[in-house]
Amino acid sequence: MTKSFSCIVAFAVSSLASFAAPQSYDFKDPKGVNNVVFKLDAPLESINGTANGISGSVQFDPQSPKDLKGKIVVAGSTLQVGNPTMKEHLHSDKWMDVKQFPEITFETTGIDKVVSAENSTVAQVTGNLTIKGKTKSITAPLKITYLPGKLKARFPMMEGDLLVLRSNFKIKRSDFGINSGAFEDKVSDEIDLSFSLAGMSPKK
Amino acid sequence: MRLVLRLAALGIILITVVLWFFGGMNRGCTQTSVKQMQKDPVTDIEYPVFEQRFLPGVDFLGGGGVLGLLTIGASFLFPRK
Repeated sequence: MTKSFSCIVAFAVSSLASFAAPQSYDFKDPKGVNNVVFKLDAPLESINGTANGISGSVQFDPQSPKDLKGKIVVAGSTLQVGNPTMKEHLHSDKWMDVKQFPEITFETTGIDKVVSAENSTVAQVTGNLTIKGKTKSITAPLKITYLPGKLKARFPMMEGDLLVLRSNFKIKRSDFGINSGAFEDKVSDEIDLSFSLAGMSPKK
Repeated sequence: MRLVLRLAALGIILITVVLWFFGGMNRGCTQTSVKQMQKDPVTDIEYPVFEQRFLPGVDFLGGGGVLGLLTIGASFLFPRK
């Protein structure tokens, strides 16, 4: 009797522990939906571009959103604008130098001002943003949407959860040595960035 | 020849303006692919899809104008009959 009771307690504790453990979400989306949109002001039009080569992983526990941590990587080669000459300039050594610095990374260091309601959480995330080999700590608003059991809706052969991260913030290209000080009369120093990313956590 | 070149210049300028106008009067640079936003129904994420399409911009308009003016200029190299 005592042995059975011990087994039940051990099972309950291990189940609870596994339930409370943060899940790892993979942000390499086979559907190619994950994207970063960047916008720079210019005299005639705003320069709008995107990047969809997203990868990385985030640890998230829906019971404890404040413990979110992870790293998102954007492949520089996937930076895209509508004009081919502009794209060539963007990838060149003066601007993003994607050959020497193929990755743009953001790694969380902390999360603050967490407000949760049902499956949605808003917070301020702080992390190290690395562009062109230069790292700067930034704080940005983050919206986290936890979609339990929704992985099957995207990939019918898979069971699991989805995690959607959205953020919009501004950086200065001069902070990261992106052709700093040059063409500021033509292209603004400020870059508006919007992230919309979905990560998946398949059930083993 | 003068008349032919001047008519050609007029044609170049007209075609350039018409293409730019009906291309959506794009005040930016010429684009060879145009971004369309779509929405993922599960995650509600809006994502860009690039469609291969020529969208003439102000550089195209300027280029056509300069080519037209050069053609008019070239017409002066031929003597009047």
